[in-house]
Amino acid sequence: MSDSLYNRLGGEAAVDAAVDIFYRKVLADDRINEFFDGVDMDRQAAKQKAFLTMAFGGPNNYTGEDMRKGHAHLVARGLNDSHFDAVVENLGSTLKELGVSDELIGEVAAIAESTRNDVLGR
Amino acid sequence: MPKIVFEGQEYLAEDNETVLDCLIRHDVSVNYSCRAGVCQSCMMMMEEGTPSEASQKGLKDALRAQSYFLMCSFVAGEDIRISRPGKDFQSMETGVLALDKLSDDVLRVRLARPENYSYFPGQFLNLQNPDGVERSYSLASLPDDEDFLELHVRHIPGGKVSGWVHTALKAGDRVTISPATGDCFYTPGQPGQNLLLIGTGTGLAPLYGILRDALRQGHQGDIHLYHGSSVMEGLYLVDALKTLDAAHANMHYHPCVSQGTPPAGIISGRADQKALEAIGKLDSWRIYLCGREDMVKSARQKAFLSGASLKDIYTDPFVPAVD
Ligand SMILES: Cc1cc2nc3c(=O)[nH]c(=O)nc-3n(C[C@H](O)[C@H](O)[C@H](O)COP(=O)(O)OP(=O)(O)OC[C@H]3O[C@@H](n4cnc5c(N)ncnc54)[C@H](O)[C@@H]3O)c2cc1C
Ligand code: HEM
Ligand code: FES
Repeated sequence: MSDSLYNRLGGEAAVDAAVDIFYRKVLADDRINEFFDGVDMDRQAAKQKAFLTMAFGGPNNYTGEDMRKGHAHLVARGLNDSHFDAVVENLGSTLKELGVSDELIGEVAAIAESTRNDVLGR
Repeated sequence: MPKIVFEGQEYLAEDNETVLDCLIRHDVSVNYSCRAGVCQSCMMMMEEGTPSEASQKGLKDALRAQSYFLMCSFVAGEDIRISRPGKDFQSMETGVLALDKLSDDVLRVRLARPENYSYFPGQFLNLQNPDGVERSYSLASLPDDEDFLELHVRHIPGGKVSGWVHTALKAGDRVTISPATGDCFYTPGQPGQNLLLIGTGTGLAPLYGILRDALRQGHQGDIHLYHGSSVMEGLYLVDALKTLDAAHANMHYHPCVSQGTPPAGIISGRADQKALEAIGKLDSWRIYLCGREDMVKSARQKAFLSGASLKDIYTDPFVPAVD
């Protein structure tokens, strides 16, 4: 139990491996892709990386307040629990594709879950 | 308000104003064209202050390391001091060798290659008209085999630079060009990777360079070139490309026309759509997209969704200038 989740997943290399797969799933998912329309792909890919680093328990400086502010414009456009669930689902299937164990996937999902109220502005 | 110090003068930037907008508002004479972080004509060196990541996007590592940045992509949060690029990165004069029509509205411009002018086929340079207005044009020539710089310039009626090229420029004239820049070019190292090249209009210019560079370097994987135009007259270098196709078993040329019913041998439809339909999955392909900005953007997303990795998609959007 000495090593952090982030390191057990493989650190930055794991994030890099996951980012294309995850972002592709999100863009192809009609439940949520409207939220990602019109955003520059390079900027968006960089943000996906930030998202994954955070969900993997890696180094980041985001606070709950940042998550609120960062998604407030999306909440105004109707972001709700069903969209949140879809993102978590895509995250899980990405990790599965990469051969990550169910146990670690559960830990990642728990981190994502802990941001739900902030992301949804509640 | 942050202060911008440039050539001994101080300029106060307004909130959220880019450095470029601030200098233009103060009538300072500086170069720029796209105002979108693409053409690099507004590049300066930051003597004091720290360039943001966005303002260094697309710059070569050597330039980043020397604190070069793009003024149109930087809003100063603190006082900065900037200066014009060093001598190696400044524009230079060269002579026009020849102008030849490639189609009704595309002119092939060959310029004498200045001494030590280094570039990769597919990169672009900024060409200035006599009023100092500059625009980007892509390099179709091969530095190792050809001692000229070749551009394909489409005539935009009333266009400040393309209009001048088409109506006034003559062989023997002197013109001012920037060093070559841009990251849309062939890199060796994966000779077996399949390449998909999609271009509309003069988007063929960089692709013609990239294609011939890849063949010259002995690329082994398949190379598919889709060149699109709305009308037949917009296709050019058709014979040269057919010849390359016939000479190389792995090179496949697919001319496409989107309006009307084209003759046999020409695909009916948009180049990007037809290419993505025909090839399907793009896992482990390398893709080059050049030409109209809207085509490049949408094809990039579609290629990514079809399995291509973002780092394997090279783009050259011909973003129009904003004067
Ligand atoms: C990286 C890069 C590479 C490029 N490579 C090439 C190249 O290899 N060959 C080439 O021909 N061009 C290329 N371009 C486009 C070129 O830089 C100029 O934008 C183009 O030649 C028009 O400039 P202009 O001064 O003639 O027209 P401007 O004076 O800028 O424009 C005149 C009018 O035409 C409109 N206009 C501008 N572009 C278009 C267009 N495409 N279609 C319809 N209307 C338009 C403008 O909005 C304006 O109203 C490239 C651009 C970039 C950013
Ligand atoms: C699962 C919990 C989530 C976490 C931990 C998370 C985290 C993040 C992070 C770190 C950023 C980058 C912020 C920045 O640097 O600017 C971001 C941006 C973004 N997120 Fe989330 N996010 C979550 C859920 C969602 C959901 C459910 C959606 C929509 C379906 C979403 C859509 C976006 C969008 C569109 C952006 C970019 C905003 C913009 O630039 O306009 N996120 N998120
Ligand atoms: S990159 Fe700044 S004006 Fe084109």
